[in-house]
Amino acid sequence: MEYVIEMLNIRKEFPGIVANDDVNLQLKKGEIHALLGENGAGKSTLMSVLFGMYQPEKGIIKKNGMEIKIKDPKEANKLGIGMVHQHFKLVENFTALQNIILGVEDTKNGFLKMEDARKRVIELSKKYGLMIKPDENIEDITVGMQQRVEILKMLYRENEILIFDEPTAVLTPQEIEELMSIMKKLVKEGKSILFITHKLNEIKAVADRCTVLRKGKGIGTVDVKPTTKEVLSEMMVGRKVDLAVNKGTAKPGKTIFEVNNLSVISKRSKKKVVNDVSFKVKEGEIVCIAGIDGNGQSELVYALTGMGPYHDGKIILNNEDVTDSSIRHRNIAGMAHIPEDRHKDGLVLDYKLSQNLVLKKYFKEDFQNRGVINFANVDKYAEKLTEMYDVRSGQGITTLTRSMSGGNQQKAIVAREIEENPEILIAVQPTRGLDVGAIEYIHRQLVNQRDEGRAILLISLELDEVMNLSDRILVIYEGQIVAELDPNKTNVQELGLYMAGSKKSEGVS
Amino acid sequence: MSLLKKITSSEGFSKAMGSITAIIIGLLLGLIVLIFANPSNAFDGFITILAGGFTGGGRGVGQVLYFSTPLILTGLSVGFAFRTGMFNIGGAGQFVMGAVSAIFIGVYVTSIPAPFHWILALIVAGIVGGIWGFVPGMLKALFNVHEVISTIMMNYIGMYLCNFIVKKWLYNSLKNISVDVESTAVLPRAGLDKIFVTMHGNYADASTINIGIIVAIGIAIFMYFVLEKTTFGYELKAVGFNKNASKFAGMNEKRNIMLSMTIAGALSGIGGGLLFLSGPTGRHLQVVDVLAMEGFNGISVALLGLSSPIGIIFSAIFISYLAQGGTYLQTYNYMPEAINIIVAVIIYFSAFSLMFRQLLPKLKKRSIERRELKKAASQESGGEK
Repeated sequence: MEYVIEMLNIRKEFPGIVANDDVNLQLKKGEIHALLGENGAGKSTLMSVLFGMYQPEKGIIKKNGMEIKIKDPKEANKLGIGMVHQHFKLVENFTALQNIILGVEDTKNGFLKMEDARKRVIELSKKYGLMIKPDENIEDITVGMQQRVEILKMLYRENEILIFDEPTAVLTPQEIEELMSIMKKLVKEGKSILFITHKLNEIKAVADRCTVLRKGKGIGTVDVKPTTKEVLSEMMVGRKVDLAVNKGTAKPGKTIFEVNNLSVISKRSKKKVVNDVSFKVKEGEIVCIAGIDGNGQSELVYALTGMGPYHDGKIILNNEDVTDSSIRHRNIAGMAHIPEDRHKDGLVLDYKLSQNLVLKKYFKEDFQNRGVINFANVDKYAEKLTEMYDVRSGQGITTLTRSMSGGNQQKAIVAREIEENPEILIAVQPTRGLDVGAIEYIHRQLVNQRDEGRAILLISLELDEVMNLSDRILVIYEGQIVAELDPNKTNVQELGLYMAGSKKSEGVS
Repeated sequence: MSLLKKITSSEGFSKAMGSITAIIIGLLLGLIVLIFANPSNAFDGFITILAGGFTGGGRGVGQVLYFSTPLILTGLSVGFAFRTGMFNIGGAGQFVMGAVSAIFIGVYVTSIPAPFHWILALIVAGIVGGIWGFVPGMLKALFNVHEVISTIMMNYIGMYLCNFIVKKWLYNSLKNISVDVESTAVLPRAGLDKIFVTMHGNYADASTINIGIIVAIGIAIFMYFVLEKTTFGYELKAVGFNKNASKFAGMNEKRNIMLSMTIAGALSGIGGGLLFLSGPTGRHLQVVDVLAMEGFNGISVALLGLSSPIGIIFSAIFISYLAQGGTYLQTYNYMPEAINIIVAVIIYFSAFSLMFRQLLPKLKKRSIERRELKKAASQESGGEK
């Protein structure tokens, strides 16, 4: 059997953890090979080893049967290995064409030979069906097109082995379909693709074979066709997973949270990034704001929670106007917030776990007496929460939060916010970057909160999450609510069209 | 053995090791400077530096403690601000403003009895120093003016204003220094000068030490308590670590920034008061266009003490000890400039203590790896034979 790339017995350690432990990966020529695993399973590490960013402690890499050493990404490029990173590595204010040739520019007497490059880029884009606008700046084109620019970058460098690191995370359903057909075309032309993901649907849709990693160890490689999703997920998590969210019908009560004609003007672009948004959330329901990243969700949430400015409008919590209230006042009035960026906003990473668990409570009577912290009570409370919410860490509540895994950090935030006993819980991408086990857990917590009569506002980019969790869907596009949908009466395709702005419903309040 | 292991693997130990490595490298570089300046006496001179304050007997130790007093306070000032995420370069200005206000109260407020007079002088020193810290804090919080710039500017305003006040109201034109404060404003010696004294026959050469050092250590312990045990300290540290998350948690991060800088300024100001309320034999303010050294040395003290109030007590005493050793170097024909260079080199390297702290475990790991590699290689070759 001919393999273009073989990674044999790879071991990579970081201080305190073994990220890859004796992992094997064999990529055939002309196949789409999926690399499946939970977050922290070591997928990215393994690919970084292949791309020359890390040196493995043990193991060898072979290309076409010959052993090779990859010292840095430059050398990986020379060997024909290219990578599309999850977060694109593009210069925003350069054109697509400039980005593609960046680093491999052809020059004549010190001047760029752009015309030859343009011809080749256009040729390549026709050959593989990668439609781009070569002279538009990156910041002005869609995310899907940015990704195509990244793919063209690899093709322009004549890479044969293409690594895609979670390429679908930022795309709409339509764009995902397009990407899949591009990938198929690429392998037909003789390229080989490594496809990192934790989404089973996508693997079933395009991949030929799939290698599964769990906790740094290679679990095995299977042919995708005869393998069911359930088997794949079991291989990935190590136990049976309930993929669907079990929840009964919502029993909405009185209105808890009301937003009227809220607008936010961006400081940079002076445009309305949140444009005249109005909605209500009742107790006992999960309302989801769905949309593609960057359509005003972050600004909306910042305005709602008092973290950022607003320009116009009203925010009413439990019949109280909190539009101009301080963050602390909103918290005490019953607003809890699971932030989008847990490292930036959600946690003081250099604090111990126990200190982070009381981040919104340290000033309350139980935890202080005339300004002196009652550490015994803080620890007791922290112990209780870590047990109730199954937050795991190396040294219990004294663990430095920075050293905890992303999933457990997120669990700690969820625990802290739910224990605020909020009237409304604003959860922004609460499962971003988490593995199936943690996602399952957090989803269950949110549904439990709903069933206890809390109002929940969920902001999510994940279509599965939107469809599974919400009782009502509001679609946001360019800062406006463009549709209100019932998850039982819509499907992913329709939702995707609204999110992409190609469909608008009339009469949305 | 297991106890030793427990100590060496503790976090505090690895922190201290960084500082100690920095000090050793600094000292060795100091030796090189000595060799360049005067080869024949280099080693004697080096030993004098190491012997530090002890060279001068009881009086020397007393002087070490006396000069460490302001360093503890300016060190606390920088360290406290640093813990809350601010870089206070304004120690010099806050320090002289505190000093000149304390002297002013010491000279012009007369009808108050002893303990209250110097206590009042110290309080006013703290308030004026606090104002010198509050202004940059406010500029930072409200207008996002970087505190490094504004504190440096406040240093010059403080220095010239101080010269102006001394010349106008507190001038001893004979010596070009500030006048003596009233005896009621002088910090009491509380018998410390009886302990830290060197006897030359019947002549007792007493040090200028006073209860200032006890006040300084008391304040350091108090600051430790504030930072580690109170909700106020919890908030300040949270703001220092992560401004966004503190805002998210509903803390008033702007108010905290202003308060933190005000407290930092007050600490430096009190440091100025403690040093200069010391009677005719102690220090006096000189009318010179030079920023107060104590302010900048506070930065090194804080770095070397890893911004921990307790660590700062020790690092301040250590730096004062070196400087005191330096003054005795003159007996070995070293220029005072060479002494300053050596002390500066050591302080300079103390700033790298953080780097050493990160470097040490890496080096340790690498040496273990190399040893294992060698072992594996020798086993392999052994197997082939």
